Amino acid sequence: MKYAIQVNASPYLSSVGYSAYQFIEAALKLDHEIFRVFFYQEGIYHAFKYSTPPDDELQMTAKWTELAKKYNIDLVVCISAAQRRGLLCDDEAKRQGKIDQDLAGGFRISGLGQLLEASLLADRFIEFG
Amino acid sequence: MDKPPHSGIQLQEKLDVILTTAAFDQKVALLFLDDGIFQLKQMQQPEKQGLKDTSSIFNALEIYDVNDIYTEVESLQERGLKPSDLSLPVKEFYRKDINELMRSYDVVL
Repeated sequence: MKYAIQVNASPYLSSVGYSAYQFIEAALKLDHEIFRVFFYQEGIYHAFKYSTPPDDELQMTAKWTELAKKYNIDLVVCISAAQRRGLLCDDEAKRQGKIDQDLAGGFRISGLGQLLEASLLADRFIEFG
Repeated sequence: MDKPPHSGIQLQEKLDVILTTAAFDQKVALLFLDDGIFQLKQMQQPEKQGLKDTSSIFNALEIYDVNDIYTEVESLQERGLKPSDLSLPVKEFYRKDINELMRSYDVVL
């Protein structure tokens, strides 16, 4: 089965993001395909490179980066949601006349068209949060 | 749409998805349930709080050929609202028929 996932919740307001992560990991272990994970609304807070929670807490951003590396999955952060909240990658920062590179490894920034494409091409589209 | 207006940036971000989807020639319908109905309520005066009148935001939908606007009869009644209180013409469905309506779409957000 080919899945597209949308994550709308930030890592510290609820455990919804972690539920999404667990679902994805379980699906991959059972040989399902994760076509794309799209981070939207408060979900973009998963992609901040410099988020540094205490060592005894869940390292959500690092977990996503690891997951992307291990399974080569596409983690996409919505550009407008990201910019609104101060998350810019190198290219975007330059375009906006700013200096910034906050995007964690394994993520890429793109537009809502990517969400639409994922929801149309996947067999199942699941929204978390 | 089931959240009341003026609860953060959520509406604007939902609207972006709706307009993007419509811009890629997909058929989009909006269903307003529960307190979400208030999004379309006319005569809002939120400007003093630095907020936008949400009912007027939806007027842009017509330009994108989004004309299927649905509401639930019970949601309106429970809030003492009539379709004429809303900024757009809406099609009303009874609560018992909402499930079937949602099933008729490929993707529900």
